[in-house]
Amino acid sequence: MTVVLNQLFTGISIGAVLLLIALGLSLTFGQMGVINMAHGEFIMAGAYTVYVLQQVITGAGWSLLIALPVAFAIAGLMGVLLEFLLIRRLYARPLDTLLVTWGVALILQQVARDVFGAPNVQTRAPEFLTGSVTLFGDLVISSSRLFILALSLVAVAALTVVLKTTSLGRRIRAVVQNRDLAAVSGLATGRVDRLTFFIGSGLAGIAGVALTLIGPIGPTMGTNIIVNAFLVVVVGGIGQLKGTVIVAFVLGILQSMVEYTTTVSVASVIVFVAIVAFLQWRPQGLFTLRTRSLA
Amino acid sequence: MTYLKKPLVGFGIAAVLLFVVAPVALGDFRLNLLAKYLCFAIIAVGIGLAWGRGGMLTLGQGVFFGLGGYAMAMHLKLADAGPGSMPDFMMLYGQLDELPWWWKPFANPIFALAATILLPMFVALLLGLLIFRRRVRGAYFAILSQALCAAFAILLIGQQGTTGGTNGLTDIQGFFGYDLNDPVNRRMIYFIIAGSLLAVLALTWQLNRSRYGELLVAVRDGEERVRFLGYDPANVKLVAYVAAAGMAGLAGALFVPAVGIISPAMIGVVPSIEFVIGVAVGGRASLVGPALGAIAVAWAKTALSEKVPSAWTYFEGLLFILPIVFLPGGLASLAGMIRRRRAVVVDNPPAPVEKTPVEVTT
Repeated sequence: MTVVLNQLFTGISIGAVLLLIALGLSLTFGQMGVINMAHGEFIMAGAYTVYVLQQVITGAGWSLLIALPVAFAIAGLMGVLLEFLLIRRLYARPLDTLLVTWGVALILQQVARDVFGAPNVQTRAPEFLTGSVTLFGDLVISSSRLFILALSLVAVAALTVVLKTTSLGRRIRAVVQNRDLAAVSGLATGRVDRLTFFIGSGLAGIAGVALTLIGPIGPTMGTNIIVNAFLVVVVGGIGQLKGTVIVAFVLGILQSMVEYTTTVSVASVIVFVAIVAFLQWRPQGLFTLRTRSLA
Repeated sequence: MTYLKKPLVGFGIAAVLLFVVAPVALGDFRLNLLAKYLCFAIIAVGIGLAWGRGGMLTLGQGVFFGLGGYAMAMHLKLADAGPGSMPDFMMLYGQLDELPWWWKPFANPIFALAATILLPMFVALLLGLLIFRRRVRGAYFAILSQALCAAFAILLIGQQGTTGGTNGLTDIQGFFGYDLNDPVNRRMIYFIIAGSLLAVLALTWQLNRSRYGELLVAVRDGEERVRFLGYDPANVKLVAYVAAAGMAGLAGALFVPAVGIISPAMIGVVPSIEFVIGVAVGGRASLVGPALGAIAVAWAKTALSEKVPSAWTYFEGLLFILPIVFLPGGLASLAGMIRRRRAVVVDNPPAPVEKTPVEVTT
């Protein structure tokens, strides 16, 4: 029983990381139909933000807390810049955007290599996150994993509140549901796009901060985790957060359960097969916006 | 017959360049490098067919390249080891007492040769059937193809005892009885690769100008319209995807004797997306554009990363950005632009090519 619970929690924490990454992706993908390959490098930027801040601020706890808003702003601004300089020009060609943002990702990786060096760097975890919590008698959970889970849930809650209650959220939902109709209703869709990109990319920065707690920080950290996050978006369906949330946790749990019974390498293949099988049932993802368009 | 003359002249020039000029002008080392580039060109022709003509951005050609490469490398390793014994790396890791069952058929040269092309095509057929029939397309398809690639590379790395893991299958000495250390035999490999590239180009040219080629472009530009005309777009896409997979498999099989190694690092997510740049730079929808683009990009990579490794990555990033943003048709579209401009000046536009209308079956 403990083993199952342990694997379950490992899965949930993998899912929480995926969720943090995929939240921003699903926002930008849902809005513009654009797969932003540089999203992984925005995560990297968030992670390096912690590293840089720790050179200045000695307290690991404070630096982490300060890093959250700073990383959000830095990654968000990078996203806005990307949208403004490149993605805006490629609206009619979503597949080309994918390749162009991959080029941006390569350049950002090399910049990180030139500035911080190719080897991975380490950050100090705050003391209150180094221990572990024991639940149900014998289930040991590391505090940092718990922190990431809480962070991802807070991010989902905050994003939900923004999307459902604010006027910005209303505008974002309008553009996602029907861009043309939103435009003729007098919405400046270009500005909404930029704001969406700011939030979506900023979330990548937050994810980067979270990742410093569980792994090394390096120039290629983005590429390593981004493929699974894309899968979450594809399987979850676009336009609604709940698909992303459910799929992130299901995929995380599936991954950890299969990994436990087989090996990591076999698990990645089994998860892929499961996803293709799932798409036979729901080719547009778990939840979709119902439209009458053919595209 | 004029419509046949121009491509034939083109093929003639390409054949002379590949079979006469290059072997005379280049030393053994450079010729071997060119052989490697030509393998990438073969993959690029397939991507041009699937992406440029069919609109399927496949970010997972590394899987098919790898299947072809590993099939060939497995046979060559077994042949090197001699009958009844195991490849060197299996002895080294010492986890196995005998050859795994799925290695055994590859001892047969005919099975191995067929597998290099048919295995990738079969995998593509299976995946394509499942994906295209359910109308998964666009960015969704691109992401799935990339995820397949990631899973395949992780699988290969994880099964170190039977696949060589991160190292891959290395140190291949012979090629069907020919010693690969002999420069003469390496030249022979180059000629085989050059011939294969020409054959693949001819096949793709024939596909593009056939009725099927028209249909493929139609599916790319208006899938629903083609469906309403009574065709099944899934089948149309499937043919191009499977053909592209077969080409990538062939390229993998030829890559192994030319380079002597195949490893997960050559077929993962990053190399797979790198296969696409040459196609974008050269001109995705044209016939020779992808091949020339792939050769040029591979050459630039060797030349630049020999001198300044970090400069190559910046340059590669810009290669993804600049041509796609500002010249979506690639370098091949430049020729058309110049021709059009000149035609305006001379005020004598070339006669439009007569196209047979596509028959409606319903």
